[in-house]
Amino acid sequence: MAMQRPTRLPMEVEEQTEGDLGSKRMIVNFGPQHPATHGTLRAIMELEGEIIRSMDLEIGYLHSGFEKISEHRTYNQTVTVSDRMNYLSPLCNNVGLSCAIEKMMGITVTPRCAAIRVVLYELSRVADHILSVGLQAMDLGAFSVMLWAFIEREKLYDIFEAVTGARLTTSYTRVGGVMRDVPADFIPMVKAFIDAGRKTTREMEGMLNTNRIFVDRCKGVNWISKEDAISYGLTGPMLRACGVPHDLRRLQPYLGYEKLKFDVITEPGGDVWARYRVRVREIYESLDIIEQVLADFPEGPVNVDMPEVIIPTKTALNNPGGGMEGLIYHFKNYMFGHGMKPAAGEVYMGTEAPNGELGYFLVSDGTQKPWRWRVRGPSFYNYQAFPQMCLGQSLSDVVSGLSSLNIIAGELDR
Amino acid sequence: MANDDRVGSRDVEPKGFLAKTLMKLYVPSVLSGMKKTMEYMIRPKATLQYPEVKRVTRKGYRGEHRLKQDEQGRMKCVACFMCQTACPAECIEITAGPSPWPDRDKAPVQFRIDMMKCIYCGMCEEACPCDAIELTETYTQVSTSREEKIYDINRLLSN
Repeated sequence: MAMQRPTRLPMEVEEQTEGDLGSKRMIVNFGPQHPATHGTLRAIMELEGEIIRSMDLEIGYLHSGFEKISEHRTYNQTVTVSDRMNYLSPLCNNVGLSCAIEKMMGITVTPRCAAIRVVLYELSRVADHILSVGLQAMDLGAFSVMLWAFIEREKLYDIFEAVTGARLTTSYTRVGGVMRDVPADFIPMVKAFIDAGRKTTREMEGMLNTNRIFVDRCKGVNWISKEDAISYGLTGPMLRACGVPHDLRRLQPYLGYEKLKFDVITEPGGDVWARYRVRVREIYESLDIIEQVLADFPEGPVNVDMPEVIIPTKTALNNPGGGMEGLIYHFKNYMFGHGMKPAAGEVYMGTEAPNGELGYFLVSDGTQKPWRWRVRGPSFYNYQAFPQMCLGQSLSDVVSGLSSLNIIAGELDR
Repeated sequence: MANDDRVGSRDVEPKGFLAKTLMKLYVPSVLSGMKKTMEYMIRPKATLQYPEVKRVTRKGYRGEHRLKQDEQGRMKCVACFMCQTACPAECIEITAGPSPWPDRDKAPVQFRIDMMKCIYCGMCEEACPCDAIELTETYTQVSTSREEKIYDINRLLSN
């Protein structure tokens, strides 16, 4: 695709007089309340006719102070904050946060816990991608695709509900393990979903791939070059759609991803179409990963045997023979000044979330609560490259481009 | 575990003059779309007629709280404040008093949960050493005032 990198012009408002409409530039606000922004985002565009000549972004409409709240919570309590950030894939946030704290404390989780986390992580990726593709289609006029995606996502949320006890605010992981073991029918439930998910994705693909309206509005739209994508810090499907095989699951494996066989999906295009293709192909890839994990699902304990981190099980607690020590650890875990205290220091841990690299940067001062709890939300980095993609494009392509970014405003503003 | 029949593994561009023209004509896409719509029409419905048909939640769903009682009908809570400490939303408020029963020292005089602050994470249930508080499967909560949303000890015991 031979495209010129558009240059950004300075934004200046010219006075518009009656009679010469169209010859002067016009300022148009996109958002903060717009059905296609999927959140509260604002883009200020300077138009020349229908062509965007410059664009400024304004964020902060959904700032919730998650990072500040977390500095006043203990490490295990911050998991409840993390799943409210990216509301399309809360489990990815949970797992990423717990992995970061575990890296800080040097804890290795049990094989069963790692397997559970990987399955839930990939299921979340499927939920995120399938809805993202559906919303992309909805923004371009294909409403049914979004509803089919929603049906699949409901099935996934039923699985999450059975495992975690909540559909969206999962809060499932704990440092050194998970909240509770998966139910007995977890594996058949996920296997049933894999078949249904493949079928629906194929249906969605069949509807969109040869749909001329969809294809025409995706190909060559919102193009970004490989070099620009790297320098803007794009990650995840956005970067892989530019042909860069960057995947943290392959480059910095965690939770046993090094043992799994999967392809890093790339597409050469760099436009909306390539992003759509990457997402759809990653759904199949994630389902393959889940199948591999389920084929060899480890038995054994879910939580690490570290009573100073994980509270003892209730049965051990109520057992009069060995209960006292368990009771002491149980109380020490919760009492102020006695709980889990990572040594002073800092850690950064990035995981490959559906939108890109989701990193947690934690600074501990040796107390129960993190001194700094910072999140590298992929949406923020993806969104800042948006003006570059839109320059020289028409106004109607903004919608198509914005839905291909899959911006989650909660994670963007945190 | 390669699945060769997936569309994603193939090049999705239509090949040949005829296929390209058909795609440009848009008619085959419309027809296949209509076919899919008809297919979905006869499939079982994915939605529920909510107030009449209620969703059955799985066991272990994290809904409204309940204070448990033992076999003799005494409440299990010993007012140890563990749930209040563990709560990330700081919605539990306990007032302790002397216990009327000889086998324990303390019992709650008042036990309030602000259901509007509660985030239903289940950490209180996890933290309770006496298995006295648990989250039920009730997910519908209706009230007409803010005061009603603050559940007191009697409301929690009767849940």
